[in-house]
Amino acid sequence: MSVNVNRYKCGYCGACVGVCPVGALELVETWIEVDNTCTSCGVCAKICPVGALVVVK
Amino acid sequence: MKNSYDVIVVGAGPGGSITAKTCAEAGLDVLLIEKRQEIGDPVRCAEGVGKEGLKRHIEPDNRWIAAEVKGSKILAPDGTEIKMSEEASSGKAGYTLERKVFDRALAQQAAMAGTEVMVKTRAIGLLRNNGMVRGINAMYMGETHEIRANIVIGADGVESKVGRWGGIDTSLKPGDIDTCAQFLVTNIDAGDYSKFYLGEIYTPGGYVWVFPKGKNTANVGLGILGSKAGNTRPISLLHKFIETYLPHAKILEMVVGGVPVSGPIKKTVTDGLMLVGDAARQSDPLTGGGIINAMDAGKMAGEVCIKAKEKGDYSAKTLKEYEDKWRATIGKELSKSLLVKNMLLKLSDEQLNQLAHSLEGVDTSKMALQKVLPILFKKNPRILWELRTLFV
Ligand SMILES: Cc1cc2nc3c(=O)[nH]c(=O)nc-3n(C[C@H](O)[C@H](O)[C@H](O)COP(=O)(O)OP(=O)(O)OC[C@H]3O[C@@H](n4cnc5c(N)ncnc54)[C@H](O)[C@@H]3O)c2cc1C
Ligand code: SF4
Ligand code: SF4
Repeated sequence: MSVNVNRYKCGYCGACVGVCPVGALELVETWIEVDNTCTSCGVCAKICPVGALVVVK
Repeated sequence: MKNSYDVIVVGAGPGGSITAKTCAEAGLDVLLIEKRQEIGDPVRCAEGVGKEGLKRHIEPDNRWIAAEVKGSKILAPDGTEIKMSEEASSGKAGYTLERKVFDRALAQQAAMAGTEVMVKTRAIGLLRNNGMVRGINAMYMGETHEIRANIVIGADGVESKVGRWGGIDTSLKPGDIDTCAQFLVTNIDAGDYSKFYLGEIYTPGGYVWVFPKGKNTANVGLGILGSKAGNTRPISLLHKFIETYLPHAKILEMVVGGVPVSGPIKKTVTDGLMLVGDAARQSDPLTGGGIINAMDAGKMAGEVCIKAKEKGDYSAKTLKEYEDKWRATIGKELSKSLLVKNMLLKLSDEQLNQLAHSLEGVDTSKMALQKVLPILFKKNPRILWELRTLFV
């Protein structure tokens, strides 16, 4: 379970990191990293201002 | 970098820099770390501040003031305009900042006061001893370092991890965040008022802002309440708004970001740790403004660090003074704003128009929002009944 980050869309704002309930995301300067605790809940994908995140089940 | 400090501040935004400066001025040994290589860049902000709040912390400087604004105009869904100005009544009104320069100026002040500043340095975890937070693990240029401190300040913004590492769950629910997009545009008549467009026809559960940024340019952006987002993205709504209302605008810069609009959270301190600014979710739930609150909170947190050092006690018991202080001041305002935000969310565009029309014949041009709200309430008690507690 994970999310895909479209790096060509992402504006590295960190909003997704702030909403992830399990802390699976991290903003490292200009890119988002996802760790293996992701539950595919989809909250991050819902709030991303540009739609750069896609949940993979 | 040394391996131990009195205080480590994580994040060099306005909240972090003011905390660091306050501590350093009192002679504390302070490290301020920022994960980006350039403090303040990229910007995640519409850059509007009130003059009065700003002046509490720093003398206005033309290097980082992009424009002066006389007041604000609120536009109802049908275009009815409510003009308000705090300037005439109390010498307030505001500025639009150039945050890239402003954030750096604040960090510079912290540095000049004696703070050690490190950029491109990211906190990746906390050190602990007997349950107390005693420093951080940090990564600088690909290498990890253990850095000890008596107090760690999490001033790490909307994406804050410091609180979570310390056992404080600061994760935001979709209804507790505004998801935003903004363009810096030119070739428009920016005027000298900050404009706010309210209503579903512009954006669901948020507003559109146009903040003048000097001749012909403005920050034009919008927020959608997270719980109403997903199918509509801020970026696409913003394109639509600009095509409709500012067809000649030319885009110079793009900004995206999230603003916490949760209102006060339950806990912001633990043994050896305090949260400040957006990390403590101290931005205003109604306006999304968080710069001044972050600075005010930073000052309070810094002062409590000084006391803790005098006492030699860094436990939550001592640090709780910070929490009590910000709750009694910033927290109170956040709660009021939350009430108004929740009320606004329930209003239809028709009702918003009705409210705007009810002010016809009332000269609000020399009033601040705090003065206009009671008038609105008096004229529309049925629509605004939930706000009654604000006026008793
Ligand atoms: C679109 C938008 C418009 C806004 N408009 C306004 C406005 O007009 N007026 C207003 O007052 N407020 C506005 N805000 C809110 C305002 O930007 C924030 O409230 C303010 O920046 C909070 O300051 P801060 O110091 O708490 O955090 P930030 O300014 O976010 O600073 C946090 C810093 O911490 C760093 N950091 C994060 N994690 C780490 C780590 N692990 N290690 C090291 N460093 C780290 C980040 O890189 C960042 O530099 C807006 C926000 C958005 C998104
Ligand atoms: S919310 Fe979207 S744009 Fe912002 S950092 Fe996350 S993926 Fe990137
Ligand atoms: S899908 Fe849910 S758990 Fe996974 S990264 Fe996004 S918010 Fe976190």
